[in-house]
Amino acid sequence: MSGDTSYIGKPVRRKEDRRMIQGLATYVEDVDLPGLHHVAILRSPFAHARIDGIRREAALAFEGVVDVITGEDTTHIGTVPRSTVLPEEVNSPRTPVLAEGKVRFAGEPVAAVVATSKEAARDALELVEVDYDPLPVASEPEAALADGAPVLHEGIDDNLAFDWTLAGGELTWGDARERADRVIEQRLVHQRLAPIAMEPRGVVARFDPGTEETTLWTSTQIPHFVRTFVAIMLSIPETKLRVIAPDVGGGFGSKLNVYREEALLCFLARRTGKPVKWIERRSENFQSTIHGRGQTGDVQVAVTSDGKILGIHYDVLADLGAYHQLLTPAMPAITGLMLSGAYAIPHITIHVRGVFTNRMSTDAYRGAGRPEATYVVERVADLVAAELDMDPVELRQRNFPSEFPYETATGLTYDSGDYVKALNKAIEVGEYAGLRAQQAEARAEGRLVGIGLSSYVEICALGPSSAMPSGGFGWDSATVQVHPTGSVSVLTGVSPHGQGQETSFAQIAADKLGLDLDQVEVKHGDTHAVQYGVGTFGSRGIAVGGVALYRALEQVIDKATRLAAALLETEADQVRFEGGVFHGPDGALAFGEVAFAAHVAKDLPPGFEPGLRATAFYEPENFTFPFGTHLCVVEVDPELGTIDIQRFLAVDDCGKVVNPMLVDGQIHGGIAQGLGQALLERVVYDDAGQLLTGTLMDYAVPKAHQLPRFQTERTETPSPVNPLGAKGVGEAGTIGATPAVVNAVVDALRPLGVRHLDMPLTPDRIWTAIQAAERSKVGAR
Amino acid sequence: MEITVSVNGKPERRDVEPRLLLCYFLRDVLGLTGTHVGCETSLCGACTVLVDGKAVKSCTRLAVQCDGQEVTTIEGLARNGELHPMQAAFREHHGLQCGFCTPGMILAAVDLVDSGEARDETAVRHGLEGNLCRCTGYQNIVTAVLEAAGSSS
Amino acid sequence: MIPTSFDYVAPESLDEAVALLQKHGDDAKVLTGGQSLIPLLRLRLARPGVVVDLRKLSDLGRIESAGEALEIGAAATHAEVMNSAAALEKCPLLSETAGEIGDVQVRNTGTIGGSLVHADPAADWPAAMLALGATMVLSGPQGERAVAAEDFFVGLLESAAQPGEILTGIRVTVPRQPAARAYRKLAQSASGFALAGAAVQLALDGDTIAEARIGITGVAEHAYRPREVEAALTGGALDASSVETACASAAEGVEVLEDIHAGAAYRGHLASVLTKRAVLAAIERAHGHAS
Repeated sequence: MSGDTSYIGKPVRRKEDRRMIQGLATYVEDVDLPGLHHVAILRSPFAHARIDGIRREAALAFEGVVDVITGEDTTHIGTVPRSTVLPEEVNSPRTPVLAEGKVRFAGEPVAAVVATSKEAARDALELVEVDYDPLPVASEPEAALADGAPVLHEGIDDNLAFDWTLAGGELTWGDARERADRVIEQRLVHQRLAPIAMEPRGVVARFDPGTEETTLWTSTQIPHFVRTFVAIMLSIPETKLRVIAPDVGGGFGSKLNVYREEALLCFLARRTGKPVKWIERRSENFQSTIHGRGQTGDVQVAVTSDGKILGIHYDVLADLGAYHQLLTPAMPAITGLMLSGAYAIPHITIHVRGVFTNRMSTDAYRGAGRPEATYVVERVADLVAAELDMDPVELRQRNFPSEFPYETATGLTYDSGDYVKALNKAIEVGEYAGLRAQQAEARAEGRLVGIGLSSYVEICALGPSSAMPSGGFGWDSATVQVHPTGSVSVLTGVSPHGQGQETSFAQIAADKLGLDLDQVEVKHGDTHAVQYGVGTFGSRGIAVGGVALYRALEQVIDKATRLAAALLETEADQVRFEGGVFHGPDGALAFGEVAFAAHVAKDLPPGFEPGLRATAFYEPENFTFPFGTHLCVVEVDPELGTIDIQRFLAVDDCGKVVNPMLVDGQIHGGIAQGLGQALLERVVYDDAGQLLTGTLMDYAVPKAHQLPRFQTERTETPSPVNPLGAKGVGEAGTIGATPAVVNAVVDALRPLGVRHLDMPLTPDRIWTAIQAAERSKVGAR
Repeated sequence: MEITVSVNGKPERRDVEPRLLLCYFLRDVLGLTGTHVGCETSLCGACTVLVDGKAVKSCTRLAVQCDGQEVTTIEGLARNGELHPMQAAFREHHGLQCGFCTPGMILAAVDLVDSGEARDETAVRHGLEGNLCRCTGYQNIVTAVLEAAGSSS
Repeated sequence: MIPTSFDYVAPESLDEAVALLQKHGDDAKVLTGGQSLIPLLRLRLARPGVVVDLRKLSDLGRIESAGEALEIGAAATHAEVMNSAAALEKCPLLSETAGEIGDVQVRNTGTIGGSLVHADPAADWPAAMLALGATMVLSGPQGERAVAAEDFFVGLLESAAQPGEILTGIRVTVPRQPAARAYRKLAQSASGFALAGAAVQLALDGDTIAEARIGITGVAEHAYRPREVEAALTGGALDASSVETACASAAEGVEVLEDIHAGAAYRGHLASVLTKRAVLAAIERAHGHAS
């Protein structure tokens, strides 16, 4: 880095806020076009049924309706894509845009109506008649694997998408067991969650018959991916498809996907000749936007009596849902890779069976495989500590890796870290010893107070292309376009949707070029304006996209330096660029002057190309591994079963920080979602595959009064992987928080003999667990 | 049927279907797209506007019910190019990320402060029960509201 | 998201409103605040041909003292009841309950009458109505009739209001003094409705409870009075253990609801705990007030 950091590291207020606080932002639903038509989608009410016939005449006759299509009209459209690096073969049945002869989950699109108004489209939808012949339902993985279970996809008689084992480390599982003093076992459930971005999905498509170009506005985290895959699905040249992600109202992984509706609307725009719009209703969002988590596993941990973990064996069923979406099979793979957690564990086995069920697909939701792994490892840490009657802090300290880089039994190389430091900071700031003393007093009074820790590590800056869960596409890109006046446009391949990179990237560029923040504009999300990029997910914005920007800035400075040297009549190595000024031995030029000269081009040295612009594609050499320790203190009301979070302290290390205000914001939001999983959230289907949590009346997104104030602290261990030293922060809060809460609540109930509780920790569950514990105590007497 | 609604101080006379919701009257008829719609069960609060000065979910109100009433949307909050103190506080305290819940959140917060309910952190958190945010964990929103409440009182 | 098409009428008088309902029968729905009706319209779970909006009947929004009674117009919003000086002075259980309903926006818009007629098994108002022994005043083609709260809630989403009848007001007799009251609820974490809620109105006499009326919501198909608990409390002492014992049977004889948010055992237990806590809170508050 150049020495001058007048923006980096500071809590610079966001550039994007101006439009957002005044209602001037543009989300997909705000896109209006002349002659816009509206699309409504008919979805299956059944989880599993044959479609014997569809009658669309009445709908077609409805006033305002211009088209009604069914699966018969879309058989030529390619499958919704999925990608993964799972080495084993993955059964990948076709995911049709509209159901073809059969529906496999409640909410699967069956027909689409195009009309002049959204009212007409909605009204006519009720006139499409579908003859369903309901089939037996496999709503849960266990049911789907049972003898005689209904088969979802022809030719996949066992409903298995894959059966994958990863085993590694310096010991075998057999050795680890043999050397262990105990093997502790526990079943762990990672309930399905709904991501619930506040903006539901939405798609607008327009076809221009003159240029034969389709423009697709979509609420996505990955506009370029959507362009590539929709072009493939529709068999059109990628050059003829422009994808625009305007302001996107949150994603959390749910918009890291290619969805049926994106291809469908492009198809309808061309077929009807009308611009078309579809806006997802919240109930559709619950039914047919991806869910997260959905793993149930049995963990065994081999441990010595002094608390050294020798091996983890995890046998898990992944509830994939009815079809693959983009990353469906990759989620449990990430869980497997991350099963070493923050510890040096000599052996790890993960055995995953990915099971098709009559439900919506699971895929990446904030954390995407790491929350599952972290929950396993951190529950294991506390289970072991409890069983050995050891302090959970000591247990953790005893198992941290002693040096970095550290290679895990699963084959990852942790780039850098100081896990002891983060844990120590948490126990110092949190006054852990004092908390334990207070807990002892509370227990003596019969109160249920618990303290929970979670020392997590996660995998970010996704990532090296050869190791990406998406099967490649790990890099990202940036263009720095310097204008003649010296102002700068940054075109980034990542696609922020709340992370604030219009600001943080401007900070990087302004610092590096010595400009005011206002002289830099960051553009993203339009495939016709921005060079190919990958997108925003996997906490990669700064650590991949930001590094691409850094590289592009270096190229621009390099070129500008050469020009400045020529203009100053000296050699490039005699020119020093500092604070936006090129200093030569006998004079100086401002950045703007050099930019102007580069465009006027009158005084360019021979062979010097006019203009000042550079594009960089950055391929990371490794992932980065942020880490930290979260500390949670709870008190349980034994009568109501409610949980009062009295304290939540997060110590996170995300490497070097560009904007601490944004980092805190990411941590806060992440913790809220982590607490949501621990305490409130779950997607529930009944045995018939009907969604029982289909509205916000039944699915609990955390509200302001249900959350405590979070205390955030940091340690800063730069990543050696990239020149910014950044590791990534988008998912850390979610990954770290969940087990801290569960560990705290289990700790609170420990005096009653409770050893584990499944999430979400609803009052009913807590109360029931307390009742059971008291009954078993009475029984034991 | 014909209705007249004063929106951001300007009388708007329109002929609307009875089933038209206030949120779509604002968005589709008047083009005020700052009012967002995030659910259909009156829970998320993204569509919150002020009707006769009180926070109301515009997705759970028919436009015809508002005949003769005054509606303030996020677009009407700033005066003469000057941000409302609540808008400024949200920016200053990083009370927004994706921005989708923000207009409704700001208007709900304005009502909270105007009605004297923004007494302390607990009151503000309860007062915002009708507005969901998935990005911020609410912490910076609460801070912003408390600051705006302090500066306006 | 988009309701089915309907006609909209805002009658100028109660007679006109009643006549409209008579004319349209089941095809008509009454609209006041819309916080129950409009979500049903949007999800197309209600598909009326005509919506009769009572917004022009300004009398329906009044909250007035009438001697030993309080008259609350059915179209008064929850917030209006919550902030009513008359309610706060004469019958503070009303203000307390109103403050527990939904959220600010719902309280600003939703009406007490709309909520009562909707008869959601987990709504807050029915508990308070039972505890206060309120009377519902209904207007229909045959004129006005009064229905006691305990006869008003008859089933799941079912009140005693007949098709064609409009709930115009709620009459509450000022509770016997010295009085004590409290409402305690545990909210379902997503909807904010009551997993269980107990409203308690007591008359105190020195160190004993002279009279106890309790309404419990969220637990059964409709709100109910736990008469055994009331009887056990009446004449009983004010200490925690006496109260706890008396409240143990709060869900006895009741078919307790069960759903994904709470099982029957837990809900039944909540009925007892929340009743106990409401009684104790009422007593504590009354004593705090007295001293």
